Amino acid sequence: MIDQLGPAEWAAIRLSLRVALVATICALPVAIAVAYLLARKSFPGRQLLNGLVHLPLVLPPVVTGYLLLVLFGRQGALGAVLYDIFGITLAFRWTGAALAAAIMAFPLMVRAIRLAIEAVDQGLEQAAETLGASRWRIWGTITLPLILPGILAGAVLGFAKALGEFGATITFVAAIPGQTQTIPSAIYGLLQVPGGEGAVTGLVVISVVLAMGALLMSEWLAHRMSKRLGR
Amino acid sequence: MLHVAIGKSLGAFALNVAFDAPAGVTAVFGRSGSGKTSVVNAVAGLLQPDAGKIAVGDKVLYDRQCRINLRPQHRSVGYVFQDARLFPHMSVHRNLTYGGTHDMARVIDVLGLGDLLHRRPAGLSGGEKQRVALGRALMSAPQILAMDEPLAALDAPRKAEILPYIERLRDEVQIPILYVSHDVSEVARLATTLVILEAGQVVASGPVGTVLSRPDVVPLLGVRDAGAVIGMKVAGRLLDDGLTELTFSGGRILMPGNLGKLGQSVRLRIPAQDVILATEPPKGISALNVLSVTITALEQGRGPGVAVGLRAGTDQLLARVTRRSAGRMGLAVGQQVYAIIKATAVGPEDIGG
Repeated sequence: MIDQLGPAEWAAIRLSLRVALVATICALPVAIAVAYLLARKSFPGRQLLNGLVHLPLVLPPVVTGYLLLVLFGRQGALGAVLYDIFGITLAFRWTGAALAAAIMAFPLMVRAIRLAIEAVDQGLEQAAETLGASRWRIWGTITLPLILPGILAGAVLGFAKALGEFGATITFVAAIPGQTQTIPSAIYGLLQVPGGEGAVTGLVVISVVLAMGALLMSEWLAHRMSKRLGR
Repeated sequence: MLHVAIGKSLGAFALNVAFDAPAGVTAVFGRSGSGKTSVVNAVAGLLQPDAGKIAVGDKVLYDRQCRINLRPQHRSVGYVFQDARLFPHMSVHRNLTYGGTHDMARVIDVLGLGDLLHRRPAGLSGGEKQRVALGRALMSAPQILAMDEPLAALDAPRKAEILPYIERLRDEVQIPILYVSHDVSEVARLATTLVILEAGQVVASGPVGTVLSRPDVVPLLGVRDAGAVIGMKVAGRLLDDGLTELTFSGGRILMPGNLGKLGQSVRLRIPAQDVILATEPPKGISALNVLSVTITALEQGRGPGVAVGLRAGTDQLLARVTRRSAGRMGLAVGQQVYAIIKATAVGPEDIGG
């Protein structure tokens, strides 16, 4: 099965991994910050932010992709600014695929991390305060270590989602082999032509292996962490 | 010296409290819902009052008028929470040193923490957790120590295990200790100063011996818990009988068991309902302790009882008799009577160093 994979398919696998990894790593800090805001702070527009974060989850992915194209295309409101000032183009580039994957994975990451933050006993943070710890020290030594399993779960969930993202990606950056063709769009493309079944099977196997690998690794890490937390 | 004078409205509940806590243990006593924990939280900076002032010596922690409200980080209040609140992901050693390493060797020694250092909080017993929490607070070099019912979650044997540690602390550490409790025997054993709260107001405060022997305090403590606390000295041991002889300004008392070394100071709580009064020297009774006392106050309760304040030497005692007996005996202020104290009536939890 694997030997049926040609250079184009291997390129798609490499690209998918790169896109999913970059999307996860870039989205994670933002997801942690947004999850913290939603879990702990009350401010005007909180519900709006909550809705906005969850929008990609309920919107048809093609619509999200189209909105990205409108916003981040060369002529788009944000796309034009990015191009004029930084010379960055996202549409029809692998970076655009990463952006689409990050946006689609974002709600899943925020949800997992927010649950973890809400589960932290704020009494522990109060105790740290009375012991003279600054806010940042409390965050780094109490809150962050306690929510690490939740962050990990969010990251794995986000990575898996980014790996499988199809609708928004193909709408925003198309499926240019070697540039924006990820595993899902490669499978879709192969299915449109006769004789592609062998390569499809290979890609499917790879997909399953990657997803299972991510899942098992997160289980293992979560187990180690919960042991460290003394639970 | 800790000075507290604060007001805070919490919904329908209004907290209005003023008291001074000198060095030693100041017990904040009250039923649940009386506002005890709110007072300690305000001192620690976890609850912001609406008005008033909180200061430790010259250091102002909160002053509404001067717009001073130090963050908890800057208050140097060592807080021991009822539920310990140890950091679950850190070893005991890391928990202890989280707020500093002030006087580390001695704290570990005084609290007997040496064997726990490499353990995790999850593996500790309730009593051990509280000892670690206490050590952690002390090592942050606090200017005052606040303890919110640190023994409430523990069973009697665990309490008995920790009380001596807190007593040692009271005698060795020079900072004021604010100790929230709803257990009279704990208060009687540990406190130097007592503040009684009811519905957010201070209803009695002062040195513990004085407050606990006030007849009007009896209804606040509950009829079963009321009783005077008297500091005594161990004057001898009656080995054959297994008794300890204690002396105080009002005379001599015999108590079962070994209560300490010769010359050692102990405080004895004598529950009001375990004191019997007689107008003549009693003869042919089994009780060992008969003291000659003077009635200083008679306080009529709502029920059938009368709380009787008694002076024995320079110390104050408290007795509770029925209204019927008081009338029949013709008890009056200034009258000389005899107080009979049954030695075995005093439980071990009522005897402290």
